[in-house]
Amino acid sequence: MPRTRRRTVLPATAAVLGLVLTACGSRVGEDGAGAASAESCVDTSGDSVKVGAINSLSGATAINETVIRDAIELAVEEINSDGGVLGKQLDLIAEDGASDPTVFAEKAEKLVTSDCVAAVFGGYTSASRKAMLPVFEDNGGLLYYGQQYEGLEDSPNIFYSGATTNQQIVPALDYLKEQGVTSLYLVGSDYVFPRTSNAIVKAYAEANGIEIKGEDYLPLGATEFSTIVNKIRTADADAVFNVVVGDSLVAFFREFTSAGLTAADMPVMSMCLGEEEVAAVGVENVQDHLASWNYYQTLDTPENTTFVDAFRAEYGADRVTSDPMESAYTGVHLWKAMVEEAGSFDVADVQEAADGVSYDSPGGTVVVDGDNHHISKTARIGQIRPDGQIFTVWESDGAIEPDPYLTTYDWADSLSD
Amino acid sequence: MDVVVSQVFTGLSTGSIMLLAATGLVLTFGQMGVINMAHGEFIMAGSYTAFVVQQATASVGASLLISLVAGFVVGGLLGVIVEVTLIRHLYHRPLDTLLVTFGVGLVLQQIARDIFGAPAVNVRAPSWLSGSVEVLGAVIPRTRLFILVLALVCLAALAAALKYTALGRRTRAVMQSRDLAESSGISSRRVDLTTFFIGSGLAGVAGVALTLIGSTSSTVGQSYLINAFLVVVAGGLGQLRGALIAAFVLGLLQSFIEYSTTASVAQALIFVVIVLFLQVRPQGLFSLKTRSLV
Repeated sequence: MPRTRRRTVLPATAAVLGLVLTACGSRVGEDGAGAASAESCVDTSGDSVKVGAINSLSGATAINETVIRDAIELAVEEINSDGGVLGKQLDLIAEDGASDPTVFAEKAEKLVTSDCVAAVFGGYTSASRKAMLPVFEDNGGLLYYGQQYEGLEDSPNIFYSGATTNQQIVPALDYLKEQGVTSLYLVGSDYVFPRTSNAIVKAYAEANGIEIKGEDYLPLGATEFSTIVNKIRTADADAVFNVVVGDSLVAFFREFTSAGLTAADMPVMSMCLGEEEVAAVGVENVQDHLASWNYYQTLDTPENTTFVDAFRAEYGADRVTSDPMESAYTGVHLWKAMVEEAGSFDVADVQEAADGVSYDSPGGTVVVDGDNHHISKTARIGQIRPDGQIFTVWESDGAIEPDPYLTTYDWADSLSD
Repeated sequence: MDVVVSQVFTGLSTGSIMLLAATGLVLTFGQMGVINMAHGEFIMAGSYTAFVVQQATASVGASLLISLVAGFVVGGLLGVIVEVTLIRHLYHRPLDTLLVTFGVGLVLQQIARDIFGAPAVNVRAPSWLSGSVEVLGAVIPRTRLFILVLALVCLAALAAALKYTALGRRTRAVMQSRDLAESSGISSRRVDLTTFFIGSGLAGVAGVALTLIGSTSSTVGQSYLINAFLVVVAGGLGQLRGALIAAFVLGLLQSFIEYSTTASVAQALIFVVIVLFLQVRPQGLFSLKTRSLV
């Protein structure tokens, strides 16, 4: 018996070791060949051109990314029925990132080097973007990342159509300060975005005399919030700054509400609570609390009415639209605008033409910054109403210029080192 | 003082949730030796049953009670289907069962996403469970009290069934010695099937109860699965009282460590405690005493 067991274990170990080695090996090869293969293989001779999408349709973040895929497909269809880009129809090649950064990188490599797509739309977690970044840089591809994130990045091969920190986190803090909040409790899921965003919150708080009463993180997907809610209740802060994401939001707000805490005593300002999350949490558990995004389904603009109607006609009247969907949708349209400005699908031409390209998105007019590849966005604080929709209670004076490294804020000096 | 009371209750509540998720596993993993990675998806099936029942019934209060029964049946039937089609062929091959049931779990998650859509759905708690009660200055949510009671009731019912019913006696006989039980005329096949039905059904009940606490989405089961396995392993395979003690000890440890440190540290320390404990007692808190030579 022991002998057979050893026999089965050994080949398995060898297989695992082999995997690790080949992974490292191919990585080195890629880097070496990267500079040489930067020439893109995009085929623009026919009457259609290929584009790619990578979103997770399986795994932990499939819940959030499936709806983003819907928005991307809608944008591609709209562009096609409107005559395409430079007279060419778009041929969307869709891949499943499976909530795994390694899979994202593999699929990105396939799309860029073997399908030869002109651009890729997608990516969700920062880990997935970081994993894809070298693939796009080494192979001269283009990624349109449509998700609010923690900033501190700019790549010539990525355009960021989601908010960076000065378009979401800083406005949320400005709003709370304006409302007379003098102490905060920070709670978040334990990964890069909440930790980075709370570092910004703490720097801001120190400069503005706001006291941080506590800071807690739970593993992604955690459902056990009673200890944290106990801590929050006894700390008695003016407001809670919430960067809990995904499924855990449900458990957090249910625990918060059943502990007898309400928005009147202690409002929760959430960074990742969109229309879909409100529906999952149950509006009775989250009513009157606050959210900070650039887009809400309730925005009263002609562009948004068109977007919401088109989305519902395509996917059903019970569906909601949210900020991450709007940003991804905007990313596709921005690519079209950039290509038309450049008059070419070539990546270098698109990068050249990007600066100043604008698009009337559902969330307002956005303009691309050619230096950092982010876009200007209007910040909006929303409040959750009894019908489950989020209504704007404050909005910035026009679009805020993107500042992914927070260089224009004195209090943020300590963050850059 | 009220902090201590709060944390004791939090610990008991965390423990009761682990216990509820683990009770079914005590049967299927502990007694039958099947490492069922799809147990989490049986929990999820229970959660979605609660959602469907709530959509179909007018009263939120009644829907919870109907769901508990319906969740048991749905979880149990799923378990039986998986047992008959797959696991039956893989007894005595634990590694294969592990991989196969892991695959079954992924398939079930995808089916749930196809039927109910990717975003999580909301199952409302009945009004008699909303809000909290105050005990010695500590605020205790009613939903958590309900789950604590439900977990103890499920465990007691299962213990009573094993001890006093004919089926229970047969189950224990098969567990102690499959060959001897068969040669005494017990159909181990039927016992296996019934045990799997009850074990998976209890996962369904857990799923219904967990809609009161967390989200209802395709991945809900995964977040409870690891802790459920921990409870069964630390308590001793097939030992209900072991699971009971292990669940509450782990829950209390978690809540007090988390209060003084952070959730991630608490989770890691729990694993350290269990690893150390299993070094000393590899068989868990309790173990089956037999005169068998193997």
